[in-house]
Amino acid sequence: MKNLKKTTKQDFITYLAVILAFIAITVMGDAGMLSRSFKGQLVPICCYIVMAVSLNLTVGILGELSLGHAGFMSVGAFSGIIAAMSLQAAIPSPVLRLVIALVVGAAFAGVAGALIGIPVLRLRGDYLAIVTLAFGEIIKELINCLIVGVDSKGLHIIFNVSGAKTVNDLHMLEGGRAIIKGAQGATGTETIASFTAGFVLIMISLVIILNLVRSRSGRAIMALRDNRIAAESVGINVTKYKMMAFVTSAALAGAAGALYGLNYSNLLATKFNFNTSILVLVFVVLGGLGNIRGSIIAAAILTVLPEMLRSFADYRMLVYAIVLILVMLGTNNAQLKGLLAKIIPTKLRKEAK
Amino acid sequence: MARFKPHSVNESPLVPLPTNAYIPQRDLDKAPILEVSHLGIDFGGLTAVNDLNLTVGRTEIAGLIGPNGAGKTTVFNLLTKVYQPTRGSIMVDGIDTHSMNTAQVNRLGVARTFQNIRLFNNLSVEDNVKLGLHNSIKYSMAGGILRLPSYWKQEKVAHDRALELLSIFDMQDMADMKAGSLPYGAQRRLEIVRALGTNPGILLLDEPAAGMNPSETAELMENIIKIRDTFQIAVMLIEHDMNLVMGICEGICVLNFGKVIAKGTPAEIQENPAVIEAYLGRKKEG
Repeated sequence: MKNLKKTTKQDFITYLAVILAFIAITVMGDAGMLSRSFKGQLVPICCYIVMAVSLNLTVGILGELSLGHAGFMSVGAFSGIIAAMSLQAAIPSPVLRLVIALVVGAAFAGVAGALIGIPVLRLRGDYLAIVTLAFGEIIKELINCLIVGVDSKGLHIIFNVSGAKTVNDLHMLEGGRAIIKGAQGATGTETIASFTAGFVLIMISLVIILNLVRSRSGRAIMALRDNRIAAESVGINVTKYKMMAFVTSAALAGAAGALYGLNYSNLLATKFNFNTSILVLVFVVLGGLGNIRGSIIAAAILTVLPEMLRSFADYRMLVYAIVLILVMLGTNNAQLKGLLAKIIPTKLRKEAK
Repeated sequence: MARFKPHSVNESPLVPLPTNAYIPQRDLDKAPILEVSHLGIDFGGLTAVNDLNLTVGRTEIAGLIGPNGAGKTTVFNLLTKVYQPTRGSIMVDGIDTHSMNTAQVNRLGVARTFQNIRLFNNLSVEDNVKLGLHNSIKYSMAGGILRLPSYWKQEKVAHDRALELLSIFDMQDMADMKAGSLPYGAQRRLEIVRALGTNPGILLLDEPAAGMNPSETAELMENIIKIRDTFQIAVMLIEHDMNLVMGICEGICVLNFGKVIAKGTPAEIQENPAVIEAYLGRKKEG
């Protein structure tokens, strides 16, 4: 019972910190204390936080390295944009349309996660990582071929594999509008994303993941990470729980993608490339595998930092790479760990307990 | 010790029955929990286990012994389907486990511990036991995320049951500790508790006394008998400690080079020349 209380308290602190941060930023924004560029970063920060938290479910809690998380974000972004834009006439309320877009984005990404999960989750370790990477790239290329438009008759979708087709090939009626123009990406999207929506999405993701981890299913997922053979020996269905974690993770990434997509009037499919996947992985590794609060902090700081150090932006990926290497070395090096323990003994002692 | 003629003898003439199966008298009126016939597995060209026939009674404590490399752990891995057998059949509680996987066989009632301890090291002791109870806790993923009443009710039941099981080994006070931080002996005991959580019909213990001193081993022997009596289940154990094996096992099967070389009661096994030869070697002729 003591343990239950301790974990509940930890979760409560996480929720409280997110709520306080939201209130503080909203108040500061209203008082005009935030710069324009920082305000522009608020929605992306929320999206990346959800991305990091959801990837942590796969990498930290299930223990499988996924390098294609941006692919699910991409599926969510473009399906969310299509949903929001095609319902523009039918549903005037932007809030309701945003909610629908997020749900559609999550659903499509979840289905993509299930389809990719079937072959991928049969693999282990490095092989799984490389195959998720490949699937992430495949998704990017597929969306790059997509041309979608909407008119009074409904959605028109063609697949521009040859590269020769254009929006005109959709054969839309008068008044029809293109939503996604192949390699040009989504253009003219109505930006209905808001910081409040981002905050709500973060809270929902936290509730889903933290409660999942403390439940029967979450225990089974962590058991697979700690010892697959032992987990099987106590009757845990490996495929079921791997899929559960993977699909949940993909669906949340899809919702984050939909929010991200609806924050920009123009969005290219190439935005969700390997670099983005790695970026999110860096958040997770920096924040600590399995540490949800760490993911949130790392995602927020590392999204803001490049903007604040704009003049160094060219070196951003280089710095990320170096940080990743250092953290990997640090967490796997007994001597460095010992040194850290000497520097911050109280914190580590607390964690050990 | 009476000889047991398996009930399926007349049903399947193609598969000759295990001829010398030992089952305690009290279990004779009940179908055996485990029936293994002609079990074998090849790894490439190597036959690791061949033509193994075993019958274990409902509440029997059975021993599986043999020199190093005889294939004892391989037998456990076959029984729990970590390996799929190349030949032969395994019947658990009268049900053929053909093409089942480890998790399905566990749900049929086969629980095990491991020679090299396999706990969920990053989880608490209580969570380890709750994972043993996994299939008896019934609420959905949504129930867990939304914390529906079923979640609170079932988690409470699981919590109480976990502490109850831990109390077999007086480990309730360790419930909040991380499993990986437990001392060695406690880790071995936790594995047994976790296995018991799955509500098994037969408990397979792979070297439960490894690394224990004589007084700990004596305590373990008492506990194995206590578990058998409390849960009314069969126990099958691999062990090198002959005091333990001869002290508590009712039927013993001796393996060497993947083949059964002897079966019988402890007294019979101790006098069996083939067993003595396998363990001590043969006297040079002439």
